[in-house]
Amino acid sequence: MKYGVNEQGYYGDFGGAYIPEMLYPNVEELRQQYLNIINDADFKAEFNQLLKDYVGRPSPLYHAKRYSEKYGCNIFLKREDLNHTGSHKINNAIGQILLAERLGKKRIIAETGAGQHGVATATVCALKGIECVVYMGEIDIQRQAPNVARMKMLGATVVPATSGSKTLKDATNEAMRDWIANPVDTHYIIGSVVGPYPYPEMVAQFQSIISQETKKQLLAHTGKELPEYVMACVGGGSNAMGMFYHFLDDEGVKLIAVEAAGKGVDSGHSAATTALGKEGVLHGSRTILMQTEDGQVVEPYSISAGLDYPGIGPQHAHLHKINRAKYVSITDEESLQAGLLLSQTEGIIPAIESAHALAYLEKMQFQKDDNVVICLSGRGDKDLDTYIKYFGY
Amino acid sequence: MNRLNQLFQTKKENLLSIYFTAGYPSLNTTVDIAEALEKAGADFLEVGFPYSDPVADGPTIQDSSQQALENGMTLNVLFEELKELRKLVTIPIILMGYCNPMVQYGVERFCKTAAEVGVDGVIVPDLPMYEYENLYKDTFAKYGLSNIFLVTPQTSEERIRKIDGLSNSFIYLLSSSSITGGSLNVSDAVEGYYQRVKTMELNNPLIIGFGISDNKTFSKACEYANGAIVGSAFVKYLGSRADYLEGIGEFIQGIKG
Ligand SMILES: Cc1ncc(COP(=O)(O)O)c(C=O)c1O
Repeated sequence: MKYGVNEQGYYGDFGGAYIPEMLYPNVEELRQQYLNIINDADFKAEFNQLLKDYVGRPSPLYHAKRYSEKYGCNIFLKREDLNHTGSHKINNAIGQILLAERLGKKRIIAETGAGQHGVATATVCALKGIECVVYMGEIDIQRQAPNVARMKMLGATVVPATSGSKTLKDATNEAMRDWIANPVDTHYIIGSVVGPYPYPEMVAQFQSIISQETKKQLLAHTGKELPEYVMACVGGGSNAMGMFYHFLDDEGVKLIAVEAAGKGVDSGHSAATTALGKEGVLHGSRTILMQTEDGQVVEPYSISAGLDYPGIGPQHAHLHKINRAKYVSITDEESLQAGLLLSQTEGIIPAIESAHALAYLEKMQFQKDDNVVICLSGRGDKDLDTYIKYFGY
Repeated sequence: MNRLNQLFQTKKENLLSIYFTAGYPSLNTTVDIAEALEKAGADFLEVGFPYSDPVADGPTIQDSSQQALENGMTLNVLFEELKELRKLVTIPIILMGYCNPMVQYGVERFCKTAAEVGVDGVIVPDLPMYEYENLYKDTFAKYGLSNIFLVTPQTSEERIRKIDGLSNSFIYLLSSSSITGGSLNVSDAVEGYYQRVKTMELNNPLIIGFGISDNKTFSKACEYANGAIVGSAFVKYLGSRADYLEGIGEFIQGIKG
């Protein structure tokens, strides 16, 4: 694939495996084994069967007619919100738990921000009867209480990350420290297309089911496999990578990735990584991250905990640099308004993360017969409190 | 040949290195602490340049890094301090920190400035061997800086040999696969690992670190290696009393026995 990874784990200038020696054996084991495992017939059969019977795939590609009318084009929503556990995160969690099982691992660790990846991981661990420890920033534990309770009910141990800013990046640091101390029996299920190679590639492959299904479904809807636009929100970038994956080589398809501007790109309270970041090293890969002149990581802000991350996956950094995809941003307010609009025109309450992608429609100009696919990465149940507070219901 | 190589040529046993985070407990203390450590008998020093997200470090060094950043420590400030330090301190100095601050500073500029102010080696735990070998090795060599690699109980013999080939001062042997600040594990398995590495008869001296905190653990480490590094225990000591400079001699005596 033209935009794919090279043998050293790089996408252009980005990627690699910037990890301390303590993690080298774990990451090297993964690198050597994951392709054999995920291409094995037995793995594929179990993965596909679980995606179908347990997750409920294929997720529908829904032609949102009233919404389309409003924007003067044909809008299709890829309904990852209808997956078991309520977001695209389960696709990757299923893939990685099957991988962990085949690597003989007895214990799973994960990081989580909004709690969606933590819930997905706790779910697949319950499914397989494997011990599960989820690291979550102390601040996120407070603002995402229902998901904390869900993880506990599913049998996971939730460990507060109390270092640094006490949010997603610190939860990721803590998970890495746990993995350093438990190098043999533990697998780390990273929740996005971030981390040392092979994680970004592996997670993208597990999420690529999103665009694989979309092509077929779009053909059935429109008679054409390729839309004019494909859009998704970007935290670390896993739903966007899954949504872009099978369209990357179709150069005519415009790819739009929407980051969280928080209170505004220049407000000092933002998570718009490509707008504010510079090239550097974060969580094991060379990528674009928000940082000070001295290379200290800057704490991001977004109303949506899932987009509240100071970096993006290395493949996104590459697609950004070579202009294959366009990276834009949407503020807290714009996203909440978009969430309300989708609720009242289509009867779908989206996750605030996904609402960022929807909100960008306001800023675009369409031809009447443009086909636009948007990844609806998750449902809004977890965000009801935030919506209610904002709109005063 | 830099100061590290000279040291290892003349002294082969019971070498003691002390780690501390620059800018902790307060700014402009690097020179005083280093001077006191040299006087107290430390053989070489590791000066940490703080990073916001130190994944290989436990709570003690994390907290000291955070505090140092709040105090205003940056690479520019540190290099200025080291310039002064070299007028007073002659033992080898190693800088320890993470990739991103070094990359932002510019790797070539980092190496050049470090060499100019009298730094002898660098430990960057998250700098991978592949990138070092292909992108940075020549730059390190140009400025006479040693890059120091870590080895853990899980590191394969083949990889240890490769590390030995790329090293030109010493190899940093981790007492266990852990972050900094744990306690020394002296199980049979660990002794087996020390023994295994020792019998490989590597070209580079071995220094054991992580979990060395007192005379008992220091002596144990010195049975298998040329010396050992004390980090978290010293950082904890610095945070424990306001007149920390006064007690450094006693602290070092306590370790050396
Ligand atoms: C619904 C939803 N969408 C998007 C994201 C952002 O993650 P990514 O960018 O990896 O898709 C999250 C993360 O928690 C999420 O829960």
